[in-house]
Amino acid sequence: MTQLSRRFLPILLILPTLYFVFMFTVRPTYKVLNDSQEYYYPSRPDRVRPTDLQLPGIEEAPRSLRGPHDVGWAYYRALFDPDTREGETFRQVMSNTTQYVLITVPISILLAFVFAVLINRPLRGIGLARMAFFYPTMLPLVSAATIWIFFFTPEYGIWNTALRFFGYHGAENWVINPNLALYSLMIVAIWKNAGYFMIFYLAGLQNLPDDVFEAADLDGANWVQKMVYVTFPLLRRTTLFVSVIAILSAFQNIDHALVMTYELATGEADLLLYEVYQQRFEFRNYGFANTLTVIMILILLTLTFTNFVLSERRGE
Amino acid sequence: MLAEQHKRIHYGQWMTNVATIVLAALWLVPIVWALVVSLRSPDDSLGPDDVWFGETITTESYEKAVDLAPFFPEWKDGHLTRSYYSNTIQFVVLTLVVQLITVTLAGFAFAHYDFFAKKLFFYFILLQMMIPTAILLVPNFVTIREFSTADFLIPKFIYYHEFNLYDTPWAVAMPYFGSAFGTFLMRQAFLEVPDELVDAGRIDGCRWYQLLWHVYLPPSRPSLVAFGLVSVSFHWNELLWPLVVTSDKARPLTMGLLRFTQLSDIGAQWSLVMAATIIIALPLLGAFLIFQRQFIRSFLHSGVK
Repeated sequence: MTQLSRRFLPILLILPTLYFVFMFTVRPTYKVLNDSQEYYYPSRPDRVRPTDLQLPGIEEAPRSLRGPHDVGWAYYRALFDPDTREGETFRQVMSNTTQYVLITVPISILLAFVFAVLINRPLRGIGLARMAFFYPTMLPLVSAATIWIFFFTPEYGIWNTALRFFGYHGAENWVINPNLALYSLMIVAIWKNAGYFMIFYLAGLQNLPDDVFEAADLDGANWVQKMVYVTFPLLRRTTLFVSVIAILSAFQNIDHALVMTYELATGEADLLLYEVYQQRFEFRNYGFANTLTVIMILILLTLTFTNFVLSERRGE
Repeated sequence: MLAEQHKRIHYGQWMTNVATIVLAALWLVPIVWALVVSLRSPDDSLGPDDVWFGETITTESYEKAVDLAPFFPEWKDGHLTRSYYSNTIQFVVLTLVVQLITVTLAGFAFAHYDFFAKKLFFYFILLQMMIPTAILLVPNFVTIREFSTADFLIPKFIYYHEFNLYDTPWAVAMPYFGSAFGTFLMRQAFLEVPDELVDAGRIDGCRWYQLLWHVYLPPSRPSLVAFGLVSVSFHWNELLWPLVVTSDKARPLTMGLLRFTQLSDIGAQWSLVMAATIIIALPLLGAFLIFQRQFIRSFLHSGVK
């Protein structure tokens, strides 16, 4: 009896965690893959954005026929067919998300490195600077976004006043400007995340050996040279690691879009997760929302897997 | 020559100091502006060249914001009314309490025991780190909606009871009850407890829970605190998931702010909106200002994989 209970005790201990991981990670992943092959006749047709997706026999389905219809891979084919509404949306969303990731991630990482170097000095009052860079991490993204909406207000918003000071006289209300809305989201994300990424560089800097710097000093390297040729390369593991969390966070955190760019009807600033939310809860386009979720899972799995392979190889 | 080099170093240091001050000031502008404007009167609207202090400094905006939306509970008919604050605290505490239990137990099992398919189970749990819960909002919403009608917990033929999780703190908290990050963090902490201590405990005849409580947990408390701080900050600030699974009763602070900004009669009354922003962010921000080092150290763990 004791033998038996001892064998099963550890399983029992991990059972709660296993259950919730199964219920809210594994099962939904399987379910969403399944559901993306089903078409629901919209329960609220009046609220559905008209869809051009040609599903055989579905257009004429009576409204009473609300159950799911198995459509196989139709949504996936539609994604890559620019003639359908779904394909057009997908192309736009992917382009937005790619731009968003490719711009916010490198800039916030670079700023994080600069911040860390600047405050990694034994100076009086440096704690204040550290607080200034890190506090946006503690702020809800919605709060950050509401503050920034004001900054982008036309005429007297602080962002516009500052830009005018530097001689910019372009469009003013960034959040409702189709060409600039995406950039306004990026600015908020960079401002909020740079301080968070900074702490990883700070920890990295404090673990660096002193002798490399002494060698660089002897070679007569100046401060900038030391940073570019010695410090940054030595912290490449930190950079790889920070890049991964930065990319994951860029895909996941879209709360600012809910307050800033929701008024843009045409989707010029829609990010992938925001589009999933909109398709499911606003347009009630269930199948499409599920398909986009699958695409997102695939992208993130590819990224984490690549990172795993990369860091394993570096580890050798 | 030496003097010149000295001067150059001095000059460089001066430059970095200026850069630090300028960047820190830039980063502080949003919160300082929000604080300043929240102290204007709600009727004192902003205009060109008039975006900072108003004519007077008052807390009127805070009072009006609290009147307009149920941020704080009120005593009415012998009980407290529902409010954004109590909702947020409810689901944050619920999440934290359950997480602390599941994470400690699982971390202990992985650190202390050898068992069947241990590695496989471990990687299974780590799946949660590869597929973040946030992106699974659509299928998880369906799960929450039909939680009681499916055979998730207990097969229907044994026990059947219909209940609705939607718009309760449970719906907001449940996807986070199991935490891969926490399990990993606690496993690492438990692995660092010296074997001699564990053996000594065993010789003294400790049962597994005594071993966990008296030997493993005391030296691992910093990790548990770090996990708790990160969990509370993350859930306090969360918006998208609560937006999906709550509607009215269980609406948390972040959603309250979102609704508040969309109230038609508020329009561009920035002082009101900023007062609301400060109201929802203040507890965490205040805690951070007091326990800065603790928070930063904890968030350093949050990237652990």
